[in-house]
Amino acid sequence: MRENVVIRTISRISVPFIQVFALYVIVHGAVGAGGGFQGGVAFAASFILMFIAFGLSGVEKRLGKKWLMVYSIIGIAIYAGIGFLCLAAGGNYLEYGAIESAVGVAHLHGYLIDAVEMGIGITVMAVMVSIISDVMDRDGESP
Amino acid sequence: MIWDLDFALLLFMIICAIAAITVRDLLHAAVILAAYSLIMTVLWSEMNAVDVAFTEAVVGAGVTTVLFIAAIARTERSSSD
Repeated sequence: MRENVVIRTISRISVPFIQVFALYVIVHGAVGAGGGFQGGVAFAASFILMFIAFGLSGVEKRLGKKWLMVYSIIGIAIYAGIGFLCLAAGGNYLEYGAIESAVGVAHLHGYLIDAVEMGIGITVMAVMVSIISDVMDRDGESP
Repeated sequence: MIWDLDFALLLFMIICAIAAITVRDLLHAAVILAAYSLIMTVLWSEMNAVDVAFTEAVVGAGVTTVLFIAAIARTERSSSD
């Protein structure tokens, strides 16, 4: 499958569009359908398409497999950090209005919602890619 | 809600569900489950549950199928019983 030029060309063309659509789903999640989880899974699906088209080891080398766990920790830290920042500002957990009234910037809660969604998306993307790359066949040692 | 479309989609969904558990080849079963997820996506979005439809399309037809196929590639393809 790896030497098929049609699969490689089509996936090379369509992977950036899938990733832009995933980012749109994450950012647009506060006002419409979608959100962090769906956008993160769609972003992971683009990497799965790259795994299928270009082989597992090359994409892993480019992606930096040991960084995937770091990405998932960064995402969940963004989520929990904003949640505890709301606690520190005197509200409930993830009560964005507390930060907005404490800092005094108008419409800050919209940006905080987007930041939390991006944290969820980063974590979901990293965990999905690491699960798939662990389950999929290696090139040499296929059973 | 269009009654005819609903009926046809539910019929196809039941056919896909029965076919997925009766077919012998596990790879065919994984692909039939992807088709089941696609029909389920259309049903959810037809019932105005766009968020659930999005999740079903992305997870059910995208990631779960790849997980199943990757798991089948590491084990036996056809069931013995």
